[in-house]
Amino acid sequence: MGRGSRGSWKKPLAEAIWHRAVLALQLLAIDPGLGGMALRARAGPVRDRFSGLLAWLPEVQHRIHPAISDEALFGGLDLSATLATGAFVQEQGLLARPGTLVLTMAERATTQLAARLAMTLDAGHAHRLVAMDEGAEPDEVLNPKLAERLAFAVDLSEISIGDAVSVSDFNPSAAITHLRQVTVPDDICDQLTRIAAQFGIDSLRAPLFALRAAKAHAALLGKMSVDADDVEAACLLVLAHRATQMPGSDEEEQDTPEPEQNETEQDQSDTLDMPDEMLLEAIKALLPDNLLDRIAAQKARQGKGSGSGAARKGNRRGRPMPSRAGRLGDGARIDIVATLRAAAPWQTIRKQATGRDNLQVRSEDIRVKRFEEKSDRLLMFTVDASGSSALSRLAEAKGAIELLLAQAYARRDHVALVSFRGSEAEVLLPPTRSLVQTKRRLAALPGGGGTPLAAGIVMALEQSIAATRKGLTPTIVILTDGRANVALDGAGNRVQAAADAQRMAQMVRAQGIDALVIDTGNRPEPALSALAQTLGAIYLPMPRADAARLSQAVAAALDD
Amino acid sequence: MKHPFPFSAIVGQAEMKQAMILTAIDPSIGGVLVFGDRGTGKSTAVRALAALLPPIMAVQGCPVNSAKVADVPDWAMLDEKTLVEMPTPVVDLPLGATEDRVTGALDIEKALTKGEKAFQPGLLARANRGYLYIDEVNLLEDHIVDLLLDVAQSGENVVEREGLSIRHSARFVLVGSGNPEEGELRPQLLDRFGLSVEVASPKDIATRVDVIKRRDAYENDNTAFMLRWQAEDAAIRDQILTARRALAELTTPDKTLHDVAELCLALGSDGLRGELTLLKAARAYAAWRNDTALTRLHVKEMAPMALRHRLRRDPLDEAGSGTRVARIVEETLG
Repeated sequence: MGRGSRGSWKKPLAEAIWHRAVLALQLLAIDPGLGGMALRARAGPVRDRFSGLLAWLPEVQHRIHPAISDEALFGGLDLSATLATGAFVQEQGLLARPGTLVLTMAERATTQLAARLAMTLDAGHAHRLVAMDEGAEPDEVLNPKLAERLAFAVDLSEISIGDAVSVSDFNPSAAITHLRQVTVPDDICDQLTRIAAQFGIDSLRAPLFALRAAKAHAALLGKMSVDADDVEAACLLVLAHRATQMPGSDEEEQDTPEPEQNETEQDQSDTLDMPDEMLLEAIKALLPDNLLDRIAAQKARQGKGSGSGAARKGNRRGRPMPSRAGRLGDGARIDIVATLRAAAPWQTIRKQATGRDNLQVRSEDIRVKRFEEKSDRLLMFTVDASGSSALSRLAEAKGAIELLLAQAYARRDHVALVSFRGSEAEVLLPPTRSLVQTKRRLAALPGGGGTPLAAGIVMALEQSIAATRKGLTPTIVILTDGRANVALDGAGNRVQAAADAQRMAQMVRAQGIDALVIDTGNRPEPALSALAQTLGAIYLPMPRADAARLSQAVAAALDD
Repeated sequence: MKHPFPFSAIVGQAEMKQAMILTAIDPSIGGVLVFGDRGTGKSTAVRALAALLPPIMAVQGCPVNSAKVADVPDWAMLDEKTLVEMPTPVVDLPLGATEDRVTGALDIEKALTKGEKAFQPGLLARANRGYLYIDEVNLLEDHIVDLLLDVAQSGENVVEREGLSIRHSARFVLVGSGNPEEGELRPQLLDRFGLSVEVASPKDIATRVDVIKRRDAYENDNTAFMLRWQAEDAAIRDQILTARRALAELTTPDKTLHDVAELCLALGSDGLRGELTLLKAARAYAAWRNDTALTRLHVKEMAPMALRHRLRRDPLDEAGSGTRVARIVEETLG
C-alpha cells in the first residue's frame, strides 16, 4: 500500500523498521533480563498488528494505565471479599507475580509511577514492560527513568500497514533453553562498551543490555557463540536510540585507546570480523540527521515547565489523587467511601468495646480527599529603567502589567515588577494579583542612569526562587534594549557587564525558570538574542511596543 | 532468590563505598545519601552493603530486634526469649508504602476474624538497629517524609489506634539514593543524612568494560562469581570489626577539634550537626585506615562527604557544593 509520492522509495526503510521491531520483540521473549521495550505508535492498524505479536512473550499480560493506583500494583486488603467471607482476603497486586506489563499512554506516566515500575524491573523477578507511547509531539516522551530500563525502543509512528508485513509464528521456548549455552567471546564486551562510549551513552545499563541482546540474538539463530552479526543486531536495537552524540564529535574519542585494539587483534581474528568502524557506520545510518538539534532541544526543555504552572497538592480542587488519613477542617473534603472502607475492619472490635450494634466511625478513620492542581503562574517583569528611553518603556510596561492583571483573574496569573537602573535593581511590585495595589505602586516610577542588566536578572531570580517556595511558577519577562553597561559590582564596564548578564542568565536556566526576552531597542540587539539563548527563552524584538501589543505578545508567547 | 551483587566486586565508586563502610564502623554517623545519574550503580551498592555488615545479637523472633531480653515489647507476646546472632537488618522502604506499613498498625486480620486487638509491626520496627534504605528518596511522598523525620529525630515510633498505644524504639541508619534531576530533597531531610556522596559513571573505557564483565559474570555464573568475591567481602567485614575496636582507642587532639570548627565556620554550615558528623566520620576513617591518631588529613578527606549537603544553597555559585567545600578546605586547612 504505497503512500503516493513519498511511499514507494520509503518502503524498504519502513519495512526494515518493522522487521527490527519484530526482532526486538523476539529477543525480549527469549530473555526477560532485557526489561522491555518502548513502543511509540499512534493507535491504528500497525499498532494493533504489533500488539497481536505480544502474545509471543511467555508470561501473562496485564494492561496498566498511567493513573493506576498503588493498591492495584502492590496489592492490599480485598475489603469486599473479606467482609463477605469473614476471613482475611489479601488482594494480590499486579507486580506480585512475574508477567508482562503493557503500559498504555506511557508518555503520561508520572515520575512516581515510573519510579515504582523501575523498582519492579530492577528487582529482577522477570517482569517485562511494554510501554506504549502515543506521544504526538516530540517532547511527549516516555519518562527517562523507564526508558533507561527498557532495552529496546521502537518507533512505528511513521510506517503504514502495508509495511507491516505479516510474520510467521514464533515460539521462544527452544531459544530460551538454548540461551544458557551461548558463550560470549571475551572481546565482545570491550567492543560494545567502546561503541556505547563513542555515541556518548553514559549509563552502563546500555552496554549490558546490548550484551544480553547479542546473546539472545545468537540463541534465536541457534548459534553456540555470539558473533559479529549478533553484535550488529544488538547495537542497532539497543544502542542506536540512546545515542547522544555522533562518534568523533568531541574530544571524548581520545578516550578510546588505539593501542588496546592492536593488542587484542590476535584473538579478534577468530571471532570478530566486524571492526568498530563498520558498526559505527551501521548505527549512524539509523540516527536521524538532526540528532544534535534534537538533543539540544531536549536539554533546553529540561527542567522547564509546560507554561501552565507546576503541579502541587492541595485538598480543594484539581485532579483527584488517592485520599489519605487526615483531620477534617481547613476546608478539607471527606472521602466517604474511603472512610467507610477504613472503618470496616474494626467494626467487630468496636462493637465489643462499646456494646452498641451500629456502624462506628472514629476520627482516625476519616479519609480526606486530595487533589493535584496546577500552581498559579507568576509573571516577573524585569524592566530596564535606564537612560533615554526609560520613561516610555516603563510606561508601556506598566500598561502591559495592568492589562495582563485585568485578564489575570481568568488566567490565574500573578505579576511582579523589578526595575533596574543606575547601579542596582529594585522590586517595585512584589508578586500580587491585586489590580488596586498595582496601580498605586506603579504610579511613580523613577528612571534614568546606567543599565545593570545582570543585577536586574539576579533580583528577578531571587524573587522567582522565593515565589517558587510559595507555590507559584515564575516566568521572567525581561524588557530592555540590551546594552548592559554596569557590571554586578556596580562598575561601569561594558565587557564585564555583558559577561555578568550571561552568567546570571545561566543561573536562571539552571534553576529551571522560564523566561522571555523582549527587545525594545530600535534595532534588534544580537547580545540580547544571545542572552535569550542562554536563558533558553523566547526572543521577541519589539521596537516601540505599546502596552496592548506587549501584553498580547507576552500572553501569546507563554501560552505556546 | 539471587544473592545481591558483592560489595567488593563493585568497580570504582570509591567515595560511595567509603561512606557506606564508615556508617558500618560507626552507625551514629547517621546514614548516607547517594545522588547520581541513572545507571551508576547506586542501588547495587546499597544492596551489596547488607552482606558486608557484621551480625548483631538479638532476641529471637523479636519484632524490633531487641538486644536485651528486658527490651522485648509486651505486644510481641514472645514466650521464649533467647539471644541469637542475626544479620544486621537492611529494610527496603518502597515508594508505594502506606503509612500503616511504615509505622505498623493494628493487625487487620486478627481484628476482623477474631475481634482481637493486636499490633502488626511495620518497616520501622524491622529496621531497628539496622539500615532503612529508600531508593528514589527524593520522590517519597511528603507525609511519609514527615513521619520519617519525626522518628529519625526521636529514635522512637509511636502508634495510636483503637485505644492501643504502642511505642517502640526505631533507631536506624538512613540510606537514600536518588537522581537530583527528578526532584530536590527537603533541607530538613537532607540534614538527617550524615554523609552524602555524588556518583557518576566511570569515564574511561577500561573501567567500563570491567563493570560490564563483572556484571555479566554475576548473571551467568552466579555461584562461581559469589564464591570468587566472598573472601574479599569477608576481608572488608573483618576490617570493619577491627576498626570498630580501634575507634574506642582513638584519641582526638584539640588541634583537630579546632580544625573542624574552623572549617564549618568558614563554610557557614547550619547548626552543629555538621561539626559532629565531620568529627565522627574523620574518626571512623582514621580507625578504618588503622591510624593511631586523628590528624588534619582525615578531616580534609572526609569534609566533602560530611558537609556538602549542609551548605546554604547559593544561587550565585555555579560550581557544585562539593567543589565549594573542597575550595574552602584548601583555603582553611591548606
